[in-house]
Amino acid sequence: MTWVEFGVVALRVVLAFGLLMVATILNVWLERKVVADMQSRIGPNRAGPWGILQTLADGLKLFFKESITPRKVELATYMLAPFLAVVPAFLIFMMVPWGKPFMIGEQEVALQGADLNIGLLFILAMSSMAVYAIVLAGWSSGSKYPLIGGVRATAQAISYEAAMGLSMVAVVMFSATQGDGGTLSLAEIVDRQAGTWGDLIPALEPVLRFVPRWNIFPQVVAFVIFFVAIIAETNRAPFDLVEAEQEIVGGFHTEYSGMRFAMFFLAEYVNIFSMSAIAATLFLGGWNGPTFDSVLPGFISGLLPTVYFLLKTYAVIFVFFWIRATLPRLRYDQLMTLGWKRLIPGALGWLILSTFVIAFRQFGLPWSL
Amino acid sequence: MGILSEIWKGLKVTGGTMLKTIGGSGLVTTEYPKEMREKPQRFHGRHVLNRYPDGMEKCIGCELCAGACPANCIHVRGMDNDPHSPTSPGERFGFIYEINMLRCIFCALCVEACPTEAITMTHLFEMSTTNRQDAIYTKDELLMDERGRVPHMFPEDPLADMGELEVADGWMRATAPSGMAAYEGVEMWQGTPGPATWDPEPSQVERDARTPKNEANG
Repeated sequence: MTWVEFGVVALRVVLAFGLLMVATILNVWLERKVVADMQSRIGPNRAGPWGILQTLADGLKLFFKESITPRKVELATYMLAPFLAVVPAFLIFMMVPWGKPFMIGEQEVALQGADLNIGLLFILAMSSMAVYAIVLAGWSSGSKYPLIGGVRATAQAISYEAAMGLSMVAVVMFSATQGDGGTLSLAEIVDRQAGTWGDLIPALEPVLRFVPRWNIFPQVVAFVIFFVAIIAETNRAPFDLVEAEQEIVGGFHTEYSGMRFAMFFLAEYVNIFSMSAIAATLFLGGWNGPTFDSVLPGFISGLLPTVYFLLKTYAVIFVFFWIRATLPRLRYDQLMTLGWKRLIPGALGWLILSTFVIAFRQFGLPWSL
Repeated sequence: MGILSEIWKGLKVTGGTMLKTIGGSGLVTTEYPKEMREKPQRFHGRHVLNRYPDGMEKCIGCELCAGACPANCIHVRGMDNDPHSPTSPGERFGFIYEINMLRCIFCALCVEACPTEAITMTHLFEMSTTNRQDAIYTKDELLMDERGRVPHMFPEDPLADMGELEVADGWMRATAPSGMAAYEGVEMWQGTPGPATWDPEPSQVERDARTPKNEANG
């Protein structure tokens, strides 16, 4: 590996990390503002213009607060758990392509932490890892509420990861028909969503010309299932049984304070952003969009894909906030019912259906062979 | 599918509220230290001891307020007036008058009990102190000055709003035998100290005239 290559890799990671941090800090503020608007309140408005620096102030406060360690904790695990929560959260976003690759001299810099050929598998693996942090935090706290939260996290993660994975499979299968063979690389999946659906049905060409070639249109059921599953995976309302304040204090993070609590908090919001980014990447065409290369100067048309990516991601995040402000928390049995009796059979059914459709489009009817 | 339409119904409510709030209407929060919400007309704020317009104290030291107080937070001791320069029009006047604001439940039974309407409640509600001793209001802090201004516990406090202390209760000052001619026979509340100015409330006679009883009873 030459120094140039090393520099490029470092730059990619630092850029992705920087975007993630800024977006997360803004997300916390944005959520409070959006929810406040939905409840006829003002929301944070003291720190900075429109209170935009509120998260920084909160973070600073948490940084200087005492990190209390209760007597009964399993110390090593208790200390490790916050880091276990943060690391997978950041690694997930490293898979997401968030802009058009650009050139520095001869070297191409992709705006993506790393383009693994098993990107989607890596994301699934990391989102399972994140559950370990919650379970271990709950168990090592040596207290009953965190333990209940941790146990709930395990059950919830197992139930909804299956649905999330199955809905991803449908997308991957469909994506395989859009290019040369199947792929799990997110950059490749984004590339295959470029353009419009113009050539799909010749008769409808004038209309479909303006419909972007996003996976959400043929895979809308998969998108809905995926969206419900990522809300559950990130432990957000209405699936926030893991940290249900009204029942089990703070759930897994009851015994955490100061910077250790802040890390769990950070991980949750990083997860929201990365999961929304993945939803935008898989279903909404990632950074694809009209860049007007011929009209606009180069750096603007180079920046536009990132803008499109952020717009799509924030559209998904907004729905997160919207649902949080609207729906009451599910009961535990409702959570299980929705996961096992609705989402997983639904995802399987959709998978079978789209398999048949894809096979029919490729090979025709089986008896016509 | 039924549940989806129910969810959509809920989302419409929150989304609509958000648009309304962004549009500027329907916001229920006021930014309190910056903007004061108007208090209801008969809000029970801190007490004030009134004076007649000629400067005499209304309190006659009868201790009925202390007797009526359910929280036992009023301490009054009366004293005979000096016949040559009386403090109040009656025989006696309130020599010691203390209210412990930490005990007070703001029920205004003292106001009901007072035979001379010497004690009334203002619209002032910012009474936080840093020690218990400061929460006991003495006569100096309760009795309005000759210009009809309510005294402030901490006049040097940078947050003290002297403007809202200026307004004395016109009706309360006018019921003196030697009251202002302008208020003679007038029945109304107005100008209570605090962050609100109200139009005079119509008298009972006027209100009865406006809503005939037989009509209201159907």
